[in-house]
Amino acid sequence: MSKKAFLSANEATAYGVLLSRPHVVAAYPITPQTTLVEKLADFEASGEADFKYMMVESEHSALAAAQGASLMGARTFTASSSQGLLYMCEMLSYVSGARNPIVMADVNRSTSIPWNIYGDQRDALAMRDSGWIMIFVESGQEALDMIIQSYKLAEDPEVMTPVMVNLDGFTLSHTYDLVEIPDQGLVDKFLPPFKTINKFDMENPQTLCQTVGPDFHTEVRVTQQAAFEVAKRKIVEIDSEYGKMFGRSYGGLVEEYRTEDADYVLVAMGSVVGTMRMCVDMLREKGEKVGMIKVRSLRPFPKEYFVSLRNRFKSMGVISRDISFGYEGTLFTEIKAAMLCSSTKYVNYIAGIGGRDIHKNMINGFFEELKEIANGKETAEVKFAGLRWEYGN
Amino acid sequence: MLKPKWNKEYKPPASWEEMPFTGNVAGLLPTPNSGFRTLTPHFNLESCIKCMLCWVYCPEGCIDKSNETFELDRDYCKGCGICAHECPKKCIEMVRE
Ligand code: SF4
Ligand code: SF4
Repeated sequence: MSKKAFLSANEATAYGVLLSRPHVVAAYPITPQTTLVEKLADFEASGEADFKYMMVESEHSALAAAQGASLMGARTFTASSSQGLLYMCEMLSYVSGARNPIVMADVNRSTSIPWNIYGDQRDALAMRDSGWIMIFVESGQEALDMIIQSYKLAEDPEVMTPVMVNLDGFTLSHTYDLVEIPDQGLVDKFLPPFKTINKFDMENPQTLCQTVGPDFHTEVRVTQQAAFEVAKRKIVEIDSEYGKMFGRSYGGLVEEYRTEDADYVLVAMGSVVGTMRMCVDMLREKGEKVGMIKVRSLRPFPKEYFVSLRNRFKSMGVISRDISFGYEGTLFTEIKAAMLCSSTKYVNYIAGIGGRDIHKNMINGFFEELKEIANGKETAEVKFAGLRWEYGN
Repeated sequence: MLKPKWNKEYKPPASWEEMPFTGNVAGLLPTPNSGFRTLTPHFNLESCIKCMLCWVYCPEGCIDKSNETFELDRDYCKGCGICAHECPKKCIEMVRE
């Protein structure tokens, strides 16, 4: 039987891990991920879980240990945040290149300096090209569900690629909500035990984590790229299968909300989507033709979807909880590239950096400006929202 | 109170010109953050046995014991009531401000 509990998104994620029955969890604590791995340690200590919890001396070691276990055919989990994720950076490409289907949670937090423990997505987006599938969630429930879905995705023989599930620090990680914990029996049906031939095995000796020189390196990378193409399809299929079994599905790579006849849309990833949803409802009541798009998967990127949006809306704003210095918000770059030559007018709102709140009035303001932009207002393409003092533009 | 108080003279930057290079200035971080307190501990030390449990358990370290009597750092006390809950002699009352 499924049960309902009042959980923070960190705890909900831990339940997702528990239900996925990993063999090994290797993690090093860091704010705001700490309560997630503490909950996992509790599960092990109380005997509720039968995974091995490996205490390691750093995040680099955490992922190295997880990879070692994965290379033995174990289902493994790790989690980190911010500087911890950056410290793991070297191991990220080891794991993705070796095609170890590890699932990790990144509890998104700003990167130093200035030192800051609060939420933004600069940590994960700095790791965009690490070869991991990158999912962003809106709630604790979605975090729990996506951990289970992610194991199925990562371990699919055609995918065999690690998955990073991103949840916003504090806004989600430390915020409590009613969460449904699915039935273990049903999860076992959905997610069978991990089987792979990509492992060390006395019966079938092989070399793993090989060196590949210029002669074949490109070909190996092509197969990695192909796996992401398969993942695009699988993310949608797995999500709808999950929906049929558990009554919750999220739309696969993206979710559109009230966009049918919309003229002005906002696009974002992560927890801010919850607030956007509310603003869209409120503005719709007033007759405004607004809608929103939630990007759930950054890698693989839903390119075909954005290509199909060309010329559909009058204006589009992309909210970024990051900034790639010298250019713009990463999600904005991706979307613009896919929508090349569209008549839609764009603007990039950099907001929620270092834990600053993105509140309703701010989002309503974005929609208001999108309307003005559609009506010809000229404005800078990249704007920091909610600044204390007017800057430049 | 031995505990250092936050610098009330400190004025946060008020313009781009006043923004310190890469945030390098003392004072940007520590700000009084007790704004959401609704109940404040009041000490009545007549039956106090100086067990110091209140001092140990306060998660904010805002009960000062440098003088004969306890002093509360009101800039940081969140009003959680843990001190009152832990006091074996019921010396601490949580009072609505
Ligand atoms: S109410 Fe809480 S924060 Fe305030 S003094 Fe007591 S224990 Fe400390
Ligand atoms: S807990 Fe109570 S009895 Fe103990 S030192 Fe504090 S006020 Fe006194």
